[in-house]
Amino acid sequence: MANMQTLEDLVTQVRRDILRMVHKVNSGHPGGSLGCTEFFVALYNELMELKEGFDMDGKDEDLFFLSNGHISPVFYSVLARRGYFPVEELNTFRLIDSRLQGHPTTHEGLPGVRIASGSLGQGMSVAIGAALAKKLNKENTLVYSLHGDGELQEGQNWEAIMYAAGNKVDNLIATIDRNGQQIDGSTEDVLPLGDIAEKFKVFGWDVLEIADGNDLEQVIAGLKEAKSRTGKGKPVCVVMTTIMGNGVDFMMHTHAWHGKAPNDEQLASALEQNPETLGDY
Amino acid sequence: MTQYTDQGKKDTRSGYGAGMTELGRTNPNVVALCADLVGSLKIQDFIDENPERFFQIGIAEANMMGIAAGLTIGGKIPFTGTFANFSTGRVYDQIRQSIAYSDKNVKICASHAGITLGEDGATHQILEDIGLMKMLPGMTVINPCDYNQTKAATLAIAEHHGPVYLRFGRPKVANFTPADQTFEIGNALMLSPGTDVTIIATGHLVWESLLAAEELENQGISCEVINIHTIKPLDEKAILDSVKKTGCVVTAEEHNYLGGLGESVARTLAQHHPAPQEFVATQDTFGESGTPEQLMEKYGLNNKAIAAAVLKVLKRK
Repeated sequence: MANMQTLEDLVTQVRRDILRMVHKVNSGHPGGSLGCTEFFVALYNELMELKEGFDMDGKDEDLFFLSNGHISPVFYSVLARRGYFPVEELNTFRLIDSRLQGHPTTHEGLPGVRIASGSLGQGMSVAIGAALAKKLNKENTLVYSLHGDGELQEGQNWEAIMYAAGNKVDNLIATIDRNGQQIDGSTEDVLPLGDIAEKFKVFGWDVLEIADGNDLEQVIAGLKEAKSRTGKGKPVCVVMTTIMGNGVDFMMHTHAWHGKAPNDEQLASALEQNPETLGDY
Repeated sequence: MTQYTDQGKKDTRSGYGAGMTELGRTNPNVVALCADLVGSLKIQDFIDENPERFFQIGIAEANMMGIAAGLTIGGKIPFTGTFANFSTGRVYDQIRQSIAYSDKNVKICASHAGITLGEDGATHQILEDIGLMKMLPGMTVINPCDYNQTKAATLAIAEHHGPVYLRFGRPKVANFTPADQTFEIGNALMLSPGTDVTIIATGHLVWESLLAAEELENQGISCEVINIHTIKPLDEKAILDSVKKTGCVVTAEEHNYLGGLGESVARTLAQHHPAPQEFVATQDTFGESGTPEQLMEKYGLNNKAIAAAVLKVLKRK
């Protein structure tokens, strides 16, 4: 296991990357990105078995699919800092001719991305397909996916949830980012999701919960527990409670920063709360 | 004109099934998915011989498209199967984002296309699918003319990297192309040479075009018949070479005249060689229940309609 301080430093640096990326182009989605920073850092640095370099097929390594593609800033930052592409390229986020499109895509050939996402609700099906391919290829590696909670309002998810349990896709760990917020407000006001863990359970999944998805140690422990439950005949769901905008006081506990960039003063304040650790890009 | 013989009517969906059976034996990366329509798609032999390479998805087409996209990651070549309506309109955004934009090697195989699925009526008869699919960047769109060609196309698309829409139908139609043909994506086939008018057809309307050409020959009209089995990429050279010779064209397809083969031909001609064109196609309408023959007659899609369109376009030369 990596030194916890090193990982905490990475979390702080990724937060800075997210804030600077969206500030530069005055667009993008900082709220959900900040809420999932610990998850991404843990996944790519503690959980996933990864090969050197990148190829689309990803045989004999763990795969990750981001279904809620709007939190691309955290995905790009963690990929870059894991070595998939130069961190300087984060400077091109959402700019013309960039590989770092507003929402992730394979179209520009960015290493680390295996599917386009952004139109919500499609990622779990893709993750299931990739998990089935691994079974056909007789691989023991795993498929991870991340989904927003609001995203579960899309019906395709429930087709996928039903399929994965019914067909024992037990090499899949789907994590739900339970931040309780979506664009128009609280998920429970917009369209109540209720007890997500219970819903997955009755569909036949093995479900565990991470009570504080912004506590790095809890996230690592939770995901390791999830990993230990794979291969037992059930897909594994992790319901992870997070705080949207975590790490920046004025962005927390509100949906206001779902898709809004900070201005110059707000950026300065946000960066002050997250001092540079591993070096800005 | 060249004579063709109907070797016995067969459904093009069975050509797909036969192609899948062969692929099951020859290409270990091919996998089949189906949304509760195994019997309609004629893939039971593939399933019997390769049970581990078949995925019954249930009545969940959106999930099927996503799972197919995921299966390509790891080197599989997924063939999805359901009716054309549920293969396209129902799942357009899944195809657009997870397959086309993501450049996934998925073969979307669509049975019961067009109006001739018959009695089920307009809820199941899609006449907009060619338009929907050809609009997607990177999508190849294929609509073979008979059983033999559908089988050949099924084999060919497994060798082609990239998303493909393969369209075929329910009714038994003339089977007149060679059983041993090699299918070349994007290469139009000139079936019968002529000098007065070019008839450009796709799907089983190719046979109706040959029947119309034979009838018109008796009236002293020489028709050149071209089978456009690949609507995208379109063989523009074959179209232009012919129309430069004949000076006018009739397009024939079981599809809305908006968005179909006819419009692709019209665009080609407008850009390179403007010429009079008549469209044998449905006229921006939904279908209805009836037998395939009745519907072809009522909606103007049979050889009589093609012959009438030829006479009309000749007057505009």
